Amino acid sequence: MSATQTSSRYKRRKVYHYLAMALAFIATGMGLLALAWILGTLLWKGFGSLSWDVFSQMTPPPGESGGLLNAIYGSLVQTILATLVGTPIGIAAGTYMAEYGRNTKLTTTVRFINDILLSAPSIVVGLFVYEIMVAPMGHFSAWAGVAALSILILPVVVRTTEDMLLLVPDSLREAASALGAPRYLVIRKVCYGAAKAGLMTGVLLAVARISGETAPLLFTSLNNQFWSTDMNAPMANLPVVIFQFALSPYPDWQKLAWVGALIITLTVLTLNILARTLISTRKQQN
Amino acid sequence: MNPAQNTAGIYTADRKVLARNSLKDSFARYLTKSAAVLVLLLLGGVIFALIEGSLPAIKQYGFGFITTERWNPVTEIFGAKAPIYGTVVTSLIAMLIAVPVGIGIAVFITELCPRWLKQPISTAIELLAGIPSIIYGIWGLFILAPLLQRYIQPALIATFEGVPVLEGLFSGPPYGIGILTAGLILSIMVLPFITSITRDVFETVPPMLKESAYGLGCTTWEVVRHVVLPYTRTGVIGGMMLGLGRALGETMAVTFVIGNAHKIGSSLLAPGTTISASIANEFTEADGELYTSSLIALGLILFVITFIVLAAARLMLLRLDKKAGK
Repeated sequence: MSATQTSSRYKRRKVYHYLAMALAFIATGMGLLALAWILGTLLWKGFGSLSWDVFSQMTPPPGESGGLLNAIYGSLVQTILATLVGTPIGIAAGTYMAEYGRNTKLTTTVRFINDILLSAPSIVVGLFVYEIMVAPMGHFSAWAGVAALSILILPVVVRTTEDMLLLVPDSLREAASALGAPRYLVIRKVCYGAAKAGLMTGVLLAVARISGETAPLLFTSLNNQFWSTDMNAPMANLPVVIFQFALSPYPDWQKLAWVGALIITLTVLTLNILARTLISTRKQQN
Repeated sequence: MNPAQNTAGIYTADRKVLARNSLKDSFARYLTKSAAVLVLLLLGGVIFALIEGSLPAIKQYGFGFITTERWNPVTEIFGAKAPIYGTVVTSLIAMLIAVPVGIGIAVFITELCPRWLKQPISTAIELLAGIPSIIYGIWGLFILAPLLQRYIQPALIATFEGVPVLEGLFSGPPYGIGILTAGLILSIMVLPFITSITRDVFETVPPMLKESAYGLGCTTWEVVRHVVLPYTRTGVIGGMMLGLGRALGETMAVTFVIGNAHKIGSSLLAPGTTISASIANEFTEADGELYTSSLIALGLILFVITFIVLAAARLMLLRLDKKAGK
């Protein structure tokens, strides 16, 4: 092998190297740009139309200005109720998988199915709830929306509960059992205590996941232009209002859609960041 | 009171406590177990409800449902070919863009980036996953689509004019909204999923392997290409499939920008529809049993496709976990 050959091969390798690294750099730039662009647009358009009216007025009829009060209320109520329904079931299922039924066939199956439900299309969940609740009852209702959202919350909570409980060292459980504590007390006092921050994170992530969900609400709780607290009737909610208003030809509606989008995104990102800090402060403690 | 009686009293009291505890314990066990079983029942319930709801459409059209392109609510002729085509093509576009970019970001984070930047960049990319899909939709419709319509799409049409095959893919008027725009939005949406899994599996590569390669004089690119990627192949593919599963089922973002036309255009710039967009758009307005049932049948098809993709992804990632000895 001559010297020129070696040096040309060396050059080629260097070129490939720099090319690949430059591409990796550009890829990262593209990802960050997308995030900055989307958030920037939201802040710009959302804050531009943000006013007190948004929180004090109802959604307006076409061509008039108004607010999002009923939609914000509806979203809050449905999200909170769905969290209250979904979280206990999810924590219970996760507890079984990590504590009572660790390594059983049931647990392996449930884990597999749960992971699939975690990324299953949310619109399918909407169809399911339509089939079992809306169609038999004959009308759209806020309860159906709550049911759809709690089905979506469930897999997130199950997953994090199991993961977090498995992180609790077995020596803690054994120490508690050696003192004569029955299993349920070990789980409640020791395992839940040690995994508290992790469990909270799971719930926060789950709430973040459902607060922006639109598709499953489209044909469960539908929408309501007026103030309504009747859980058996259609109820307004932010995502569906954004959907309808953004696609409308009225500038006032489109402005409200941007404000709604800003509110939802800020809520969801705050929940996400809160969840992250919960985990990271916990890591530092250990 | 003599001592013997006293211990006997404690003994019975203890047994009572023990009995009560074991009762509570088995109660807790069955309570949590039934919650776990509920998760299984839920999946079964979803499948059952979808099949039941789509029976009228299946009876009416049989397998022809999948191969028919027509979608006419007035004459009640429904075919799923256009939505299936749209779903598959938009997801493929998304994967074509998101996979290389996602792997690039993962390489940047694991190999190039200074330590203090690792966490901020990972978090920023993962925040993309937190943004609700409706936000992508509204952003795509009002910001991205006009931009594409004005600059990018005319440029694409001009560039590929006269080039065989590509000319057909990029032809017709630049609407702004359409299959290509939907694919682009989807690629941003699945990027964080692909990136975070790829990064995680890249970090499972034993440092010893990488350092031996560096020791032989390999460049970073050669280490990634010949050591990291072969070692993590299964995991990277699993991450891609997971992203694909997301892209296939994504609803709101696509509904905003796809144009909702039940036809298969030869051009990527043409409006189209996807399974989830059709359901989101038409379900509340659908009248007549056959119409509703056809939409539910679409949902069933979507569920089956995503189920297969996601199950394959999970199995691949599971295999990797086993290899890593977890």
